Amino acid sequence: MSDNRRVVVTGLGVITSNGHGIEEFTSALRNGKSGIRFISELQELNFACHVGGIPLATNEIFSKYFSAEALLAMNEAMRYAGIASIDAWKDAGLEVPELDDDNVHWDTGAIIGAGLGGMDTIGNLVVPKVNEKKVKRMGSTAVEQTMGSSVSAKIGGLLAIGNQLTSNSSACNTGTEAIIDAYYKIKHGYADKMLAGGVEGSSPYIWGGFDAMKVLNSSSNDSPEKASRPMSASSGGFIPGSGAGVLYLELLESAEKRGARIYAEIIGGALNCGGQRMGGSMTAPNSTSVQRCIKTAMGYAGIKSEDIDYINGHLTGTMADPREVNNWAKALDVSPDKFPYINSTKSLIGHCLGAAGSIESVGAILQLYNGFIHKSINCEDLHEEIKPYAASVVQQTIETDINILAKASFGFGDVNGCLIFKKWKK
Amino acid sequence: MSEKEIFDKVVKILGPYVRNEAGLKDIEHKTNIVTDLQVNSSRLVDIILAMEDEFDIEIADEEADKVETVGAAVNLIKGKIG
Repeated sequence: MSDNRRVVVTGLGVITSNGHGIEEFTSALRNGKSGIRFISELQELNFACHVGGIPLATNEIFSKYFSAEALLAMNEAMRYAGIASIDAWKDAGLEVPELDDDNVHWDTGAIIGAGLGGMDTIGNLVVPKVNEKKVKRMGSTAVEQTMGSSVSAKIGGLLAIGNQLTSNSSACNTGTEAIIDAYYKIKHGYADKMLAGGVEGSSPYIWGGFDAMKVLNSSSNDSPEKASRPMSASSGGFIPGSGAGVLYLELLESAEKRGARIYAEIIGGALNCGGQRMGGSMTAPNSTSVQRCIKTAMGYAGIKSEDIDYINGHLTGTMADPREVNNWAKALDVSPDKFPYINSTKSLIGHCLGAAGSIESVGAILQLYNGFIHKSINCEDLHEEIKPYAASVVQQTIETDINILAKASFGFGDVNGCLIFKKWKK
Repeated sequence: MSEKEIFDKVVKILGPYVRNEAGLKDIEHKTNIVTDLQVNSSRLVDIILAMEDEFDIEIADEEADKVETVGAAVNLIKGKIG
């Protein structure tokens, strides 16, 4: 892999249940603030799980970012993705172009994906109108809100993107995959700047399938903030979350030339699949492939196990958590006393599905940049198999320098992604 | 319903779709919906649906195709509600 083109992160945007914007989200992480709340609609609809993470985004916020005309054709995912992208763009020090400005950013691309996408539009508009035999009454906005590329297509117009514009999808690995693919794109010389991230809405049509699979924790409906319990012995499934996280990635040379603030450098990223063999399946990971993915990312980054200070895990709150910790230990080949710090951002915001990897990457970079590791809440009763690593599980926020961190995501389809971020030093 | 009332309701329906808001100030019968008000042409479908709902009428595709100006919309609606 080419060594001469280095890729750095110069802008961050995030909107999720415990915060909107870098300042709010950083503070929420540092304080271990949960965004999980009781959602009456889920109870009314007879879901087993009645809690979830939804951004406190009001129409007031939406109308600050988008015109009334644009909002008529933007479902929840498109709104969150648009907000996080505009925030990342501005955070990188750039101005949002006017619609009548014909200057296209030819050197800038965007890979923004979703796990399930515009299910709200499908459920509220497409299916009812077709079934009522009133296709004509669907109006003009159904396709742009339900096509696989709906979220990136909208952003392309908002920000006058001129390089590749696409939406990837790899279930709960979507956000991480988008960042890795965008990183490769710059590294290999096909673009100088890329927006990268993932989004997921909070429609019951999205969450229903997971409730039906009985993979959501339905035993903490009375105590929402305690419901998301990664690494805990008493966890009974994950809690659904939503929102968007977007990173502005840039060629180091470009960032230095314009004097941009640099949050972190991406020094490696790997994607793979377990082929749904060796214990892997549509819904469970092949442990060998997880370990290969982590080791490959470390190899690309040219680092050793002991170089990793902190792991931001996938850690959802299901029975896969102990297996994940075990996979990290095997991939790193370290004894429990040498295991890096580890936490789960999902303990605060739930599992944001297609947005998870990118929201958590934004959070991981903020920790690296600001020198702290946020507490992983609700794991006072560590799972028996994770207990040997107890000293590494961050249960109280610590102020500490992080030089290198690893972030991984795993998704249905037996797919994996692992990113290595490094503190920027001139 | 007077022509003025129909005109005002049509302007209200057009409101959210108008990109050139300055064009709303001196809107008149001959104002072109797409070129003067800069309404995205694909949204004409939604505007016709909104008119059907507002005035409880049905507008055929060939009638909708002829609605290029505010006046054309007003006249079409006036003819249908009598």
